[in-house]
Amino acid sequence: MEAQDLASTSLLFSLLFSVARGATPLIFAAMGGLLSERSGTVQIALEGQMLMGALAAAVTAHFTHSAWAGASAAVIAGMLFVSIYAFFVLHLKSNQIVAGTALNILAVGIAPFVTKIAFNSTGSTPGLAVDSRFSMAPLIMVVVVFLLMSFFYSQTRAGLFLRFAGEKPEALIASGHSLLKIRWLSLLGCGALAGLGGASLSLFLASSYSPNMTAGRGFMALAALIFGRWKPVPTFLACLFFASTDALQIYLQGQSLPIPLQFVQILPYLVTIIALAGFFGQSRAPKALGQSV
Amino acid sequence: MKRSLLGLFVGLVLSLSLTSLAGENPFHIFSILLKSSLGSSYDLGLTLFYATSLVFTGLSVSVAFHAGLFNIGAEGQLLVAAITTTVFALSFPNWSSVFAPWAAGLFGVLAAALWGFVPGYLRARRESHEVVVTMMMNFVASGVCSYFVLEKFRSLESQNPETQSLAPGYLWQVWDPIAKIFKDSPANFSLLIAVALSGIVFVILYKTRLGFQIRMTGLNEKSALYSGLNPQRQKIFAMTLAGALAGFVTFNEILGSSGKFKIGFSPEYGFVGIAVALLANNNPLAILPAAFLFGALQKGASDLDLETEAITRDFAKILQAIILFSVVAFHFIDFNKWRSWWKRKT
Repeated sequence: MEAQDLASTSLLFSLLFSVARGATPLIFAAMGGLLSERSGTVQIALEGQMLMGALAAAVTAHFTHSAWAGASAAVIAGMLFVSIYAFFVLHLKSNQIVAGTALNILAVGIAPFVTKIAFNSTGSTPGLAVDSRFSMAPLIMVVVVFLLMSFFYSQTRAGLFLRFAGEKPEALIASGHSLLKIRWLSLLGCGALAGLGGASLSLFLASSYSPNMTAGRGFMALAALIFGRWKPVPTFLACLFFASTDALQIYLQGQSLPIPLQFVQILPYLVTIIALAGFFGQSRAPKALGQSV
Repeated sequence: MKRSLLGLFVGLVLSLSLTSLAGENPFHIFSILLKSSLGSSYDLGLTLFYATSLVFTGLSVSVAFHAGLFNIGAEGQLLVAAITTTVFALSFPNWSSVFAPWAAGLFGVLAAALWGFVPGYLRARRESHEVVVTMMMNFVASGVCSYFVLEKFRSLESQNPETQSLAPGYLWQVWDPIAKIFKDSPANFSLLIAVALSGIVFVILYKTRLGFQIRMTGLNEKSALYSGLNPQRQKIFAMTLAGALAGFVTFNEILGSSGKFKIGFSPEYGFVGIAVALLANNNPLAILPAAFLFGALQKGASDLDLETEAITRDFAKILQAIILFSVVAFHFIDFNKWRSWWKRKT
């Protein structure tokens, strides 16, 4: 009896741990997406920024043997990479979906270009030793980021400006603030966080960079953001929900099931579509989302 | 058009000069790209094969765009079409008739149309953003495909995740004129379908009342509403048509060449279709050369692995992205402003 209890407790614990691990990159990226979309810029390029972050983190950690250096490099890489997007979207006023798509494609192309030059491999970096990876730190970091973001979003002046930039940019301009500056800063923040999300993939979930290792997590983070109605707390919960269906699906693999595994896999996306269709109350995007002023 | 070409040229030059970072000669890379995409009838056949799928997805993106919508779900739509065709053909293996491939293909197109209808309907009636819905539908599509491929029709002979082969009655190769020209390459009759469709879409968009209504909705929804149209209906129709167009990829991929559903068969045709539509400025006829160009890049880069030391086939992605960025830039640059700025300086 007791042994069984112990077994089920440890099973529960390991499931919870795998949910938390899986949610980490999602939460980083979704919080980044929140900054971008709340400031009025559509963000479908989280995927690309995460890839660049993961790559920069793995390469840097390989050469410096320090996970923290890797994470810092990921932040910088994410910010640099999103700057391309910011320039096109904010200055050339190009279509945000087109620019975002281009950024994602670019990331997929850059990674093998870099690994080929640096390691003569077609897309992966060498495996990292334990001491140049993270063991627990990202779990704490992600909670801190989430708490700071919720505070920033609802309790600070800057957070209010951020929301104005996405809801009524005219009002912001009329009150003498620079919309361009706010959107640039939010995009840089988005790149930094998405980069961290990537770093948590290559330094925490895995132990190297491998081609396309984000596997749609950037889009998943965006889905969680939308499912979470563009607000920090519900977005955080949505990320946990998405990660738990993922963990459940891995746990269920190899067991005989009444429903196919793939249907567990697509559940979060179906739920997001239903939520978007407004069947769970109102889900409203920032008013000026996608508009350049 | 001039701006697209200028952007294309600058994008090519920029991305090729990147290769010198890896210690390669850009001109050498360019000649490999040319030779590998157009060098032989086999190479040209592969280029045309890629281009055919890109025509379909490019048309899909541009039709939605004319209605003011963004279809980034072409990837999911083409997957659903391909799996529907495959499942239909594998479920009725004994049906041999000239109509068999057409029926299987059209069922696929129908399924893709449904995949486009859903985001169109949700956009029109429930105001949910089509970009996000189509993106979710992409995930759902790939989940559904992997269910049918892995759990239902998995090939036992192959190590790769793919279905069994379709019965020969469902394939075209016997009479296919294009396949006879480009022997051994996957180019097939779908190329002619693609050319015909781009003409048909052009006529629909620019010569019929329906097309006028779609474009009016996209250009100015309010004026469409006040002139008595129902813009919501146009949106639903445009997205459904967009889905169907992307679905035609099934003719090229499943019926025309491989004869089975391989997971990951699409090198992101749906997303490259956005680039194709943009380069063609959403003109259905201009989509043909634009798709050919991107098909050539895709095929051309595939030989970089063998022919160079430091550049891999993924260089195609860098080319695509930088060309996309540079075309975008040239569309939005206000040359007059620069000219006056230059005058003020001097």
